[in-house]
Amino acid sequence: MRAMQQSETQGAAPAPLLDVRDLRVTFDTPHGLVRAVGGVSWTLSPGETLGIIGESGSGKSVGLEAIMGLIKTPPGHVSGQVMFDRRDVLTMPERDRRQLRGEKIAMIFQDAMSALNPSLTVGTQIAEVYRLRRKCSHADAERKAIELMDRVKIPSAKTRIGNYPHEFSGGMCQRVMIATALALNPQILIADEPTTALDVTVQRQIMTLLAELQREDGMALVLITHDLGLVAETVDRAMVMYAGRLVESAPVSALFEVPSHPYTRGLIRSMPRIDGASGKLHAIGGTPPAAGRMPKGCAFHPRCEMRVERCGIERPNLRPVGKNRAAACHLAEEIPHV
Amino acid sequence: MPYLLRRFIQSFILLFFLISFVFVVGRIIGDPALIMLGTSASETALDQLRENLGLNQPIWQQYLVFLSDLTQGDFGVSFRYGFSMMPSDALRSEGTPVLPIVLSRLPATFMLAGTSLVFAFSLAVVLGCLAAMHPRSWIDNLVNVISLASVSLVQFWLGLILIIIFSVHMGILPTGGFGTWQHLILPALTLAARPLGRISQVVRSAMLDELSKPYISAARAKGVPEWRVVFVHALKNASIPIVTITGDELSQLLTGAMLVETVFAWPGVGLLLIDSLGRRDLPMVQAGICVVAALVIFVNLAVDFAYTVLNPRIQMDNRGGRA
Repeated sequence: MRAMQQSETQGAAPAPLLDVRDLRVTFDTPHGLVRAVGGVSWTLSPGETLGIIGESGSGKSVGLEAIMGLIKTPPGHVSGQVMFDRRDVLTMPERDRRQLRGEKIAMIFQDAMSALNPSLTVGTQIAEVYRLRRKCSHADAERKAIELMDRVKIPSAKTRIGNYPHEFSGGMCQRVMIATALALNPQILIADEPTTALDVTVQRQIMTLLAELQREDGMALVLITHDLGLVAETVDRAMVMYAGRLVESAPVSALFEVPSHPYTRGLIRSMPRIDGASGKLHAIGGTPPAAGRMPKGCAFHPRCEMRVERCGIERPNLRPVGKNRAAACHLAEEIPHV
Repeated sequence: MPYLLRRFIQSFILLFFLISFVFVVGRIIGDPALIMLGTSASETALDQLRENLGLNQPIWQQYLVFLSDLTQGDFGVSFRYGFSMMPSDALRSEGTPVLPIVLSRLPATFMLAGTSLVFAFSLAVVLGCLAAMHPRSWIDNLVNVISLASVSLVQFWLGLILIIIFSVHMGILPTGGFGTWQHLILPALTLAARPLGRISQVVRSAMLDELSKPYISAARAKGVPEWRVVFVHALKNASIPIVTITGDELSQLLTGAMLVETVFAWPGVGLLLIDSLGRRDLPMVQAGICVVAALVIFVNLAVDFAYTVLNPRIQMDNRGGRA
């Protein structure tokens, strides 16, 4: 991983905005210690769009929640380093950390409908943190809320400001969430499957909106998703997670062209294609391992089409496999094109 | 029809049935004249009382008279209240109307029940929230023990124990009576025990429920301070079950006050009712029950009204669907 970072610095990349080093998240459960995230390292540059891909339970959301400080400890336990502005987010006092949330790093969630408080008006929720942090009057907060609602293109913001979340559609709720996140001009926006609960057409509107806002404010976007199509269209760089670990990291075009990990290859091949020759959908056999029962060696090897004997014995580390890319596979160089 | 108007009409019908029930019970427990004058009364005295009270008329006619009197706020007269003489003397005197007497006792009961409720409610909300913020911690266990103990304690026993501790042994509070704020403390504490326990349990479970919902994570993620997450975001949504149980407990308080008022000689409606039962003062008992029942119904109506304020989704009826 160090090697990969070095190779990135050599490529004259700007200083990272967020530097995640060996992040681990475990949970104490009645069935013993469960490892949700097992040591991931990555960086985020200013203005960059990073996609984190993985199945449910691969640790993609948990890792970001840990960075935001949303993991309840105990039963959770978070270790590693998350450097932001030359300070380790994980060890700073809770006060400073809360200051960081919203102000520097904001997050939007999968199901906006349930991520909004049902008994507060959207206006109150959008401007809540703005009012608390900027210590402004209710009238100023309301003006700010209207301005933000206009920015995320909620029609007739002036009249809708007093409405409750149940009076909005799913897509409009997600716009409200985005407006809430933008209130303090954060430098990083974490979007945890922002479009999963939405109709396809609304999905596109939301993603277009996010891209627009990102262009205007120059904020970095971390997009957590299992939608490869979305990744292909929107992100600069993609990271693939499997069983709590990073298995591949690459610029998105390279990733889709020549995956360096059999799991990535499997995911890409499982996408329905309009030019698919056979008309049959490809699937990766088997299921991901339960967090408590990791196989020895490479976590993916029981499901891997290319496994060799070594895969069941020795866990492959994430290693550079070309310009700006890294993969955790013994056979990374030999993965065939999709 | 708007939700609240519907509830108002329902409450009115309920009150009507309750009053009718009180009338019927007053007649089937025995001959009211016999109850009032006692078994030693002479037959002529009984006849005269029946004549005076209209008890010799057919029952349906008595019922109509009872109802029409009620509409004028007339619950009848008491032949006991303010008379220290023999019951039979009552026949020669003008009785005292019972309703003003019952109403004059209300402020004392309100003061007692109100103090208990305010104390129990605020402490219960704080305890329940603390427990929900730290589930399975020592504080959660402590709250659990407090709420279980205070629900299980029998009120009159608790009252007597408090009297023994604070009045007899320590001598810092009066054993009973009415007048200063010191008189209020022990009965209010006694009466607050049960609602404290029950409300804090409901607060805990409702808050646990709310605190695990996604909007709580979202509020934390946008940097809302933890006290605000708990006491504004979660508590507002947990308020529906909390208000329900509080309304319920307030109804219980009004009836529970009867025992506590008796133990502490607190001159409220409860003490009046118990005394009147002992004195076999039927009109007074009827008026007392009706007034307490009307209060309970009113409290329930107020709780329903509170719902519409607390939960914007209930107003759907009147506002017509999503905008």
